[in-house]
Amino acid sequence: MEATFNDKVWNILAAIMDPEIPVLSIVDLGIVRSVEFNHQQPIISITPTYSGCPAMDIISMQVRMSLLNAGFELPIIKQILAPVWTTDWISENGKQQLKAYGIAPPIGKSFEGAFLEDIIVPCPQCNSTHTLLISQFGSTSCKALFKCQDCLEPFDYFKCH
Amino acid sequence: MRLNICNGTQKFMLNKIEFLLHLADNALIIGHRSSEWCAHGPVLEQDIAISNIALDYIGQARNFYQYAALRLNELPPESSVFNLPATEDTLAYLRDANDFKNHLITELPNGDWAFTTLRIFFFSSYQYFLYQQLIQHEDAQIAAIAEKSLKEVTYHLRWSSDWVIRLGDGTTESYQRMNTAINALWPYTQELFQENNFLQPAKNILAQIQIDWNEKIKNVFEEAGLPLPEKSIQHKGGTQGFHTEHLPIILTEMQLLQRAYPNCEW
Repeated sequence: MEATFNDKVWNILAAIMDPEIPVLSIVDLGIVRSVEFNHQQPIISITPTYSGCPAMDIISMQVRMSLLNAGFELPIIKQILAPVWTTDWISENGKQQLKAYGIAPPIGKSFEGAFLEDIIVPCPQCNSTHTLLISQFGSTSCKALFKCQDCLEPFDYFKCH
Repeated sequence: MRLNICNGTQKFMLNKIEFLLHLADNALIIGHRSSEWCAHGPVLEQDIAISNIALDYIGQARNFYQYAALRLNELPPESSVFNLPATEDTLAYLRDANDFKNHLITELPNGDWAFTTLRIFFFSSYQYFLYQQLIQHEDAQIAAIAEKSLKEVTYHLRWSSDWVIRLGDGTTESYQRMNTAINALWPYTQELFQENNFLQPAKNILAQIQIDWNEKIKNVFEEAGLPLPEKSIQHKGGTQGFHTEHLPIILTEMQLLQRAYPNCEW
C-alpha cells in the first residue's frame, strides 16, 4: 500500500516544473530530498538551490496543491539545507532538457573552485565553443550570462554550484 | 534584544541566538544596501549582478533568522522581553536599531560604484573566511547554512575583486574614486575581527580570519595598484547595538509597513 502511495507521490512531483525553468521538473532538478509518510499524510523534504531562491515558496505551494488535488491528506512540506544542494543533483535527463530549452547545463562536477572564466561553455543553440562570458550573474541566481560569438545568440548558463 | 539570563544552559543558548542574530543582521543590512542599486546599476548586467547578490544576502539572512526564531521559541517566555513566538519576520521587522548587531560597515550608505564594490569586497572576503570556519561548527544547522552560503559568497568575492582591480587599475578618475573609497571604508574594517560576548568562544577563529583577510586584501590591492592604508582610527560598537545614524534610516524604510500596519500580509 505504502509503496504504491510512494510511487504515486513521486509521479506527481515529477510533473511539477520549476517556475523559473518550466521544462525542468523539481525531481530532475534534484531538490526533492525525500518522500515519507505519517500514516497516509505525505511528508516532502525539499532543499533550495540558492539561499535566496524566491521560487521555494511557490514550489512548496505547488507541491501542496498537486497532492491535495490528487486526494492526499494535507502534506507537510519541509525545507532542509543539509545535505547541501549542488548542480550534481541535476539528473542527466534534466541536463538534456535544459540544453533543449536553450540554457547551457552545468559543466563538470559541482563547485571545485573552477571559475567561469576558466571553462568553455558550448552554445546550446549551435554547439560552438567560441563563447564569451558577459556576466557572472544572469536572469536568476543560478545562472550566468554568455554570448555565442558564432551564432551571436546570448544565452544563460546554469552555473556550477 | 534584552534577555534575562536564567541558568548556564540558557546562557549558552542566548549567546548562540545573539550570534545567529548578528549573522542574520549583517546579511540583511548589506543585502538591503545592495538592493538599493536595483534599477540604478551602471549597466544592465551589473544591475542584475548586484540585485542577485542582494538576493543571496537576504536569503542567508532568512536562514539565520528562521533558525534564531526556532531557538528563541524554545526558551521560557519569561527569559525574553521580546514578543514570542518569534518568526523570521518579527526578528527583521520589529526590532529597533539598538537591538541590531550588524557590523557598522554594512549599514553605511552606498556612495558611488567604487564604494559599493569595495564594501562588498571587504565584507565578502570576511564572510568567505568566516563561513569556511563555520562549516565545522558543532551546531549542524549553522554548519549547513554556512556551507550553502559559502558557494554564493565565493561568487560575490570574485565579482567584487574584479571590480576593485578594474577600477584601481583603470583611469585616473576610477583610481581616485577607489582610493577615496578605501580611505572612507578602512576605519570600519577592523570591527569585523573584534570579539565580543557572543563571539568570545570564536576568539581564535577571528584571529585566523583576520590573517586570511589581510592576505586577500593585500593580494587584490597589489594587482589593482592600490595602496594599503596606514593605520587609522577604527569605529566599533555595531555588534553591541551602537550604530551610526544610517541604520535607523534604513530600518524606518524597511520596517514601515509592518510598523504602520501590524501583521499586514500580501
